[in-house]
Amino acid sequence: MKNQEYQEFIKKYTPKPKVAKNGLIAFLVGGLLGLSSEILLEIYMFLLHLPRKESGVLVILTLIVIASILTAFGIFDILVTKVKSALIIPITGFAHSITSAALEYKTEGLVLGIGANIFKLAGTVILYGVVAVYLFGILRILIMGG
Amino acid sequence: MIYLNSFLFCGTICLISQLILDNTKLTPGHVTSLFVVIGAFLDIFGIYDRFVLYCGAGAIIPITSFGHLLIHGAMDTVGKIGPLGLAFGIFNLTSAGISIALVSAFILCLLLKPKH
Repeated sequence: MKNQEYQEFIKKYTPKPKVAKNGLIAFLVGGLLGLSSEILLEIYMFLLHLPRKESGVLVILTLIVIASILTAFGIFDILVTKVKSALIIPITGFAHSITSAALEYKTEGLVLGIGANIFKLAGTVILYGVVAVYLFGILRILIMGG
Repeated sequence: MIYLNSFLFCGTICLISQLILDNTKLTPGHVTSLFVVIGAFLDIFGIYDRFVLYCGAGAIIPITSFGHLLIHGAMDTVGKIGPLGLAFGIFNLTSAGISIALVSAFILCLLLKPKH
């Protein structure tokens, strides 16, 4: 069998990702998450008499705590295989990466295990966020003067 | 109206990332890093602030808002104390999220064993 034929042979049997279905699920679940956090935000504003900005932070904190607990009990991983990026792109994915790294390296000890590896996955978000902000910040100071 | 915007904005961001994941070889780590940089980029001239205004929590919870909050805190401090504020204020608004995530991960990790 020639190389090209072999490639076509493989192509027939590699599973194709169901792009349309995955996309629709991600859109719907992500949208519902956004909608329910907006409702939660207004509940916080009403109950705690907080301004909009502070209740936004509270909503983020609530989602982080819920995602951490779900991760620790192993439920989050099951949900991610079903709804894909709808749970990774919201802040829940950030909390999931921190908690799962901490749990995974627990056996290697408190300092060299948990301490050294807790930012293993979340570190990339913080690193590139900070580097980008320094770059954009300097750009903005040069253009607009602050 | 803000509820609908919230749904559409958060859903669209998740849809875009799902399309990137399915059609390229990038991993979720690549996509989240990319989205943080995009969020910071959109806030250089305050575009992301408009999204937060019109879409409410739908624009606050995606990871793009992490980049927006980083540059927002930095620029607020630059306005107060000059260019050095870039270094002093960069984590002003995200510190709550990062610290709560760390503390809750640590406590849960001490209490529970990993499930595999």
